[in-house]
Amino acid sequence: MNDGGLLLQAFVYLAAAVIAVPVAQRLGLGSVLGYLLAGVAIGPFALGLLGTGGQDVMHVAEFGVVMMLFVIGLELQPALLWRLRGPILGLGGLQVLVSTVVLAAAAIALGLPVRGALAVGMTLSLSSTAIVLQSLNERGVLGTAGGQSAFAVLLFQDIAVIPMLAIFPLLAAPGAVVAAADAHGETVVSHLPAWGQTLAVLAAVGLVVAGGRFVLGPVLHQIARTRLREIFTAATLLLVVGIALLMSAVGLSPALGTFLAGVVLANSEFRHELESDIDPFKGLLLGLFFIAVGASIDFGLILEQPLVIIGLVAGIIAAKLAVLLVLGRAFRLSVDQALLLAFALPQVGEFAFVLFSFAGQQGVLAPSITGPLVAAVALSMAVTPLLLLVNERVIQPRTGTRVAASRPPDVADEGGTVLIAGFGAFGATVGRLLRASGVHTTVLDNDSDRVDLLRRMGLTVYYGDATRHDLLHAAGAARARLIVIALDTPERTLDLVHTVRRHFPQLTILARAFDWQDAHDLLHAGVANVYRDTLDTSLRLGSDALRLLGVRAYRAHRAAQRFLKHDEESVRELTGRRDDRGTYASAARQRIEDLERMFEADRAEPALDRDAGWDAESLREEARSGPIASGNGPRM
Amino acid sequence: MLRVLVQFAHPALERSRVHRRLLAHLPQREGITLNDLYETYPDFDIDVPREQALLTAHDIVVFQHPFFWYSTPPLLKQWEDLVLVHGWAYGRAGRALRGKQVLHVISAGGREEAYQHDGLNRFTMRELLAPLEQTAYLCGMQWTPPYVIHGTHRMSEAQIEDEAVRYGGLLADLCDARVDLRAAARYPTLNRALAGVRGEGEA
Repeated sequence: MNDGGLLLQAFVYLAAAVIAVPVAQRLGLGSVLGYLLAGVAIGPFALGLLGTGGQDVMHVAEFGVVMMLFVIGLELQPALLWRLRGPILGLGGLQVLVSTVVLAAAAIALGLPVRGALAVGMTLSLSSTAIVLQSLNERGVLGTAGGQSAFAVLLFQDIAVIPMLAIFPLLAAPGAVVAAADAHGETVVSHLPAWGQTLAVLAAVGLVVAGGRFVLGPVLHQIARTRLREIFTAATLLLVVGIALLMSAVGLSPALGTFLAGVVLANSEFRHELESDIDPFKGLLLGLFFIAVGASIDFGLILEQPLVIIGLVAGIIAAKLAVLLVLGRAFRLSVDQALLLAFALPQVGEFAFVLFSFAGQQGVLAPSITGPLVAAVALSMAVTPLLLLVNERVIQPRTGTRVAASRPPDVADEGGTVLIAGFGAFGATVGRLLRASGVHTTVLDNDSDRVDLLRRMGLTVYYGDATRHDLLHAAGAARARLIVIALDTPERTLDLVHTVRRHFPQLTILARAFDWQDAHDLLHAGVANVYRDTLDTSLRLGSDALRLLGVRAYRAHRAAQRFLKHDEESVRELTGRRDDRGTYASAARQRIEDLERMFEADRAEPALDRDAGWDAESLREEARSGPIASGNGPRM
Repeated sequence: MLRVLVQFAHPALERSRVHRRLLAHLPQREGITLNDLYETYPDFDIDVPREQALLTAHDIVVFQHPFFWYSTPPLLKQWEDLVLVHGWAYGRAGRALRGKQVLHVISAGGREEAYQHDGLNRFTMRELLAPLEQTAYLCGMQWTPPYVIHGTHRMSEAQIEDEAVRYGGLLADLCDARVDLRAAARYPTLNRALAGVRGEGEA
């Protein structure tokens, strides 16, 4: 492919994404479905703009999954991972095991030999990390019990891939013995005896952990001191690519390796820089990956044998869904959290493409079998966002936690005076203060466990995605006076702001912001009452620090008060001056620039201690200089 | 027209029968500005430049507040300390407030008889306000005897309403310069001056 071809391809991909994703978002379908549809649109069966590059693109794009796991690792403190060990091993292990058995049994029933059926079962038991995490995160439910369980299962599946790769060659028909090689080809260690391979794996993992712990910190520090952002970005990419290569060399999943590295670096001071540097690459590659999946759906094959393919998709999804639902309930998830888990994970993962082609090479499965299966896998991925929508809009309202409590609320005007969207730690504190002050509040929240608890406590709670216009309406947004937005992500907060301003303009918005960036965005969107959630706390800490340094308590308190005002003014002033947002390559760079301007503004502020009325210096001067004392000032 | 600034200080207006009514009868007209101090500075973090600008822009400063422990609510004291700074309000260079009128409008639970030398409170209202009077003097402001609404504990709603209407009229008169404040200075309270009755304490 020449340069022009490459650029043209890039143009096609980017244009498809830029058009399809915002449209899908607008329709409430989520970005994943947008990318998938974009892929279908430019794929060989619609516009046919891709030429032959589809599969190559898929390989490149899979690296987006590797990066995503790195970022997830960065956000996961080792302590949290340890707390999840139960769900990971128990729920994850059983999901893979039971799904494999069920699906393999079905394959045998359909006439596959046992070995082939086992390969099919194992492959189909895996789910798509990329699609699931992106979809759950976008809905803001990754932190709920169901979301955490889904995450745990996905993590186990990533680990389970390793033994699967080892088992596959053994499943090949007798006689067709092929050297143990992984899906990506011969590994460096494959000629070693088993104990040697094990040792190599352990050494590689040890290298990542020890390196991340002791070496990377100082090295990144040196790189950061060059003050060349792009070198730091290069170092981050180098790190991820390097670990991926190392892991592939010893036959481990690159995604798992970078995840591990991410966890090791989760406590590092460079966590945020690493994260924001990798973020744009991750996002683009993931998008590319979803597009490639969409484009790879073989509509020709589907049209040839529509019933077979649709039956396969339905069967796989039904089987996995049932297994997940039962296991979720067995692991004490509430009905709708189990439903969330089941509806999130029933698709087959991207790894199936690799495993099936590998199985084909190994002679485990014939092309006549893998062909329809690959089509079914792609379709199952494509319907995941739809399934989640069905769960959210159709099934959840009927089972488990209902949108509104079935018992009629105690108050006649159920709109209440204040709506609180999001009842996490932030929203809960606001809500408790208002309730303690006798204000009637209505809560909107999408964590069903929390919703059930709150209802038992007698609160009026609506369950679901607070950014939905119909839910707001049901909760009485048309009659309420205020809405407190305390959602978990800046994106959803902005979404809700736009919805409220369009449909309920009489509502006064009080919005939680996370940092300057959000504060700017919210102010820009016309929200007057913006609250950065760390500001007051950090000022209280700062004032306590002053006290511990020997500053009198009231003076420290006054300094913090003064600084709060000054800081709020600076944010508002900066908002006016920073419409040139396009010039910043990343949010992180923007933050650094903002910080710099804030420091400048602090310097410009004459003195934080402006309590001149308590300062007798000028009085003393006047008393010394003049024969007539100037009377009795406040402190004489 | 004189410009009147009402510096209102009450930490719990929602519990006050009298001041809510007084505020309700504040004339809504040009020349009269209400500055609700507890509402503006709940954290006692007074915006000094803003307050000084307000003072500069008015001719008569009315401090409207309840009488707490023979003095003002604490925010008003904080306000004095931080706003009336040396070099601006007093001192050799402090001339910003020269010639302005000061009037305290005070609600007190006890009756007027209690504020006599032989009464429960042993001092007259004017004596108790001496620090405020001296503060005004040091800033070169004209002190007006306080306008006191006495005996609020026993007032009926109708009586409070009457007081509020009278107060609204007073503010309008101040604004239109219909009150001879210089002549009033000889009286123990502005109430008596308006009624034309000399107080017992005066010679």
